[in-house]
Amino acid sequence: MFAPLAEFFTSFVQTAWATLLDVVPIVTVLVVFQVAVLRRRLPNLRRIVAGFVYVLLGLTLFLIGLQDALFPIGETMARQLTDVGSTVADEAIWSDYLLVYAFGAAIGFATTVAEPSLIAVALKAQQVSGGAVGAWGLRLAVALGVALGVALGCLRIVTGTPLPWYIVAAYLVVMAQTFRADRSIVPLAYDSGGVTTSTVTVPVLAALGLGLAASVPGRSPLIDGFGLIAFASVFPIISVLGYASAASWLGRRRQQTHRQ
Amino acid sequence: MNAALAILGKRVFDALCDLAPIVAVIAFFQIAVLRQPFPDLADVAAGLVCVVLGLALFVQGLESGLFPLGEAIAQAFARKSSVVALLAFAFCLGFGTTVAEPALIAVAAEAAKVAADAGFIADTDDTRQTYAFNLRMVVAFSVGAAIVLGVLRILKGWPIHRLIIGGYVCVTLMTLVAPSEIIGIAYDSGGVTTSTITVPLVTALGVGLASSLKGRNPMLDGFGLIAFASLSPMIFVLAYGMVV
Repeated sequence: MFAPLAEFFTSFVQTAWATLLDVVPIVTVLVVFQVAVLRRRLPNLRRIVAGFVYVLLGLTLFLIGLQDALFPIGETMARQLTDVGSTVADEAIWSDYLLVYAFGAAIGFATTVAEPSLIAVALKAQQVSGGAVGAWGLRLAVALGVALGVALGCLRIVTGTPLPWYIVAAYLVVMAQTFRADRSIVPLAYDSGGVTTSTVTVPVLAALGLGLAASVPGRSPLIDGFGLIAFASVFPIISVLGYASAASWLGRRRQQTHRQ
Repeated sequence: MNAALAILGKRVFDALCDLAPIVAVIAFFQIAVLRQPFPDLADVAAGLVCVVLGLALFVQGLESGLFPLGEAIAQAFARKSSVVALLAFAFCLGFGTTVAEPALIAVAAEAAKVAADAGFIADTDDTRQTYAFNLRMVVAFSVGAAIVLGVLRILKGWPIHRLIIGGYVCVTLMTLVAPSEIIGIAYDSGGVTTSTITVPLVTALGVGLASSLKGRNPMLDGFGLIAFASLSPMIFVLAYGMVV
């Protein structure tokens, strides 16, 4: 009865310590500038400190839960699913890995929806835009982008095509979309590329990429295992810009039919 | 008391909705595709309870701690109107939060292995560690520089797309000449630099600055700092790969 509790306690203390170490540089910078430069008492200092404690506690619990419950399953599944084609010949056939692409897309979507940084940016965007950009709409758009990106990224690992082709092509699409898009959505769309990949997504994607590269014949984990994170950071920009254009197009159409 | 409980209940419910997709995906692939029973169901359930509570607490902490703090600091700097102090703060925030980032430490170690394998550096523990350490410093510096550039952009009101597209062109050109072994790591390094605590703070800082400066629109000028912070490491790591 006590063994699991003791185990939980040790992992809690370890994770809390690691999270705390993560925060130390930020707090140091904040305190130094507060004391040396700004020299003005922050409003609601007590509430802010309480908020920091919530964030620390929350992240710690979140990470422990992920490490204990979800990551082991995710990694095992990535291994089992990527194993499918390894016994066949020495040349990988891309269609042997359809399940892997489906799994990559599904897990990319699901982990992105739960990504705390994305939740933060989506809440802020909803507040700043006065509700014009919905937090859920943004998160779904980003998650769809990650899903597409990860599926393509897995396809790239299997086929062994060079990473820059895909990324540069995605850049070209982003540029074309940027010039057509509503200017107010562009900064948010660019930001959504960077926030998709943190606590939840990075470990899962790294395991998937390395596992896939190790099991596909002719691929080396060191060279081909990277790149999924890059895919997951570019494609959300495309999907958010696309979501914005689609929303404004639909809005215009509705207005037109209204007038008629 | 009841109001606090209601807020907590709502946060927990939101967290449940956030997690539902992960659980659904894993359950589907485990049961329908791999056809295996769930291993240690009790462990998984306990872990999920932790994750839900943790996410609920985190969002509560965002609203009462990180967001107000970022905005208060932005406003304080805007009142003080010392550009040098603001830029110094921006650099320290970017550098300080990146240098100790665990994901970056892992990627740097991985990169050192690749470099040793490809024969760029001697394959000893010592050289690998130096390589990884220097790489981390380079990335941390690049994130600091990126936040400085992003803050300058907010102050001056430069259009973001020119800078970002300029960055894309840089990445593309450098990819042509950089050693192919470093490219995957360089591209991935952009995604790993922005941690869960940095993102809310930096976002609140940008939005706070844009709302307290005259003639700046928080939607148009406030966002974008994260975009710089995830593009510039790619450029700097590619450069590092070419120089070393």
